[in-house]
Amino acid sequence: MRPAWSIIFFTTISGLGLGLAGWIVLGLLPLMTPASVMGVGIGTLALIGVGLISSTFHLGHPERAWRALSQWRSSWLSREGVLAVIVMAGLAGWFAAAYSGGRVPFWGNLVLLVLIYVTVYATSMIYASLKTVARWHHPLTPICYLMFAAAGGLLTTLALLAILRLPITAALAQAAIVLMLSAWGVKLAWWRLAGMAKHAGSIESATGLGALGMVRPLMPPHTEENYLQHEMGFVVARRHADKLRMIALLLGGGLPVLILVLAPASAGALAVAVLAHVAGMFVERWLFFAEAKHVVTLYYGETA
Amino acid sequence: MTMLPEASAIKLGLVIDLDICVGCQACVVNCKEWNTAGYGAPLADTDAYGESPSGAWLNRVHAYEAGDGAGSRTVHFPKSCLHCEDAPCVTVCPTGASFKRAEDGIVLVNEDWCIGCGLCAWSCPYGARELDPAEGVMKKCTLCVDRIYNDNLPEEDREPACVRTCPTNARHFGDLGDPNSEVSQMVAARDGIDLMPEQGTKPVNKYLPPRPRRAADEAPVSLVAMAEADTPTGFWKWVDSTLDRLG
Repeated sequence: MRPAWSIIFFTTISGLGLGLAGWIVLGLLPLMTPASVMGVGIGTLALIGVGLISSTFHLGHPERAWRALSQWRSSWLSREGVLAVIVMAGLAGWFAAAYSGGRVPFWGNLVLLVLIYVTVYATSMIYASLKTVARWHHPLTPICYLMFAAAGGLLTTLALLAILRLPITAALAQAAIVLMLSAWGVKLAWWRLAGMAKHAGSIESATGLGALGMVRPLMPPHTEENYLQHEMGFVVARRHADKLRMIALLLGGGLPVLILVLAPASAGALAVAVLAHVAGMFVERWLFFAEAKHVVTLYYGETA
Repeated sequence: MTMLPEASAIKLGLVIDLDICVGCQACVVNCKEWNTAGYGAPLADTDAYGESPSGAWLNRVHAYEAGDGAGSRTVHFPKSCLHCEDAPCVTVCPTGASFKRAEDGIVLVNEDWCIGCGLCAWSCPYGARELDPAEGVMKKCTLCVDRIYNDNLPEEDREPACVRTCPTNARHFGDLGDPNSEVSQMVAARDGIDLMPEQGTKPVNKYLPPRPRRAADEAPVSLVAMAEADTPTGFWKWVDSTLDRLG
């Protein structure tokens, strides 16, 4: 599938922002001063919001994007939009309460936390619900998105703790390491299992000509690349997939874990860890799209 | 509304006879011609007269070779929207622009609501949807909804442009929800098939597979014998041989 930059940016940045928000409402980042509430609040909402807004950049009609909030009963894309708006409103309320010194009740935090992770789940289901892309249509796909949101969010929480000169307990640093390693463990499993997933169909079932024997494309229906091939037949990534996976793994997981082990209290080092993680996630998301093969390519002679 | 309606009694669709199609592309051209002036935005092209022309088309004809040896053949394969009963392109649409009509099952796009996100094209296993390069909205086969109910057209023209134009009668239009309709009978008689049944989309359009070849051991007709005149007998035999003798 063609990797649209706006979509890669959206899933990566919004995912990180939602993950961070999850740990904040859990109370892991004590915000003592109004200034820190303001800074962290704006920063978190900006991560989620900028990602969402960027996702409209690839649309043919961005000015109609509001219509995407209407079909939540059937469409995961619509659900994602609705949930993201609700979560952002809830978070704005949460930060406003914290700013004025109030406390959000336990159930309020719980509801926000659930909504945050359901939003991440909805993002993943936009892709995981598509039967036409075998490797996306896999139970591990949502788990990858959820785990990366949690791991990236916790890493960012630690960096913010260090920047705000708040103590980071050894247990918290260890939890961040375990979470990051688990997230990449799930991703490695996804590459192994979902990455190998094949479509049930074949050129024979696609054309219904299997009864005659093996089917081979003779003439394409057009002389130049069309929309379908441009959108669904992206092949550049598959050539360099192994190298890019290694880059994603080392930047997104290896370096952050190394920093968490060696310098778990250094604000500078943790900031680098967050940046490396985000860079690694960009590569991971790019591969998620670029490596995926759409079942329509069967009509053009690709194998399942 | 992108929830699928209750299955309609009337299921309008096409039946395409792969035994007959000769791949002339007339249906492709007439589809583009009608739909560039009909429902919704024109079907745009980019770089139409340049080095890499491209554009939105609602109907495309592939060609395949199938089988080996005596039973093998070339099959021309027209492909357009199959107006699926369980259309994934409808349910994934976030705006309600993509919908299936309750009254006749036609899948359409409301171009005033479409945001051009392309998710419906991603969800379609058949590649039936193409984003218009100029208008930024999704285009697809409308089953010529602006022809089939159009009282301003003579009755014989009230069928999809591709069906109307097919010079070999390989395309048929009708109600596949009615088991007694001509198209349903055709599907029953020829064991019509669904494309990619494993995707679970329940296409309304059906394809009629190529008919089996005549058995290979059936003696071929001798064209030479057909070309030769009958050997004359009686009086004409005498005339024939006499004229031969005269030189």
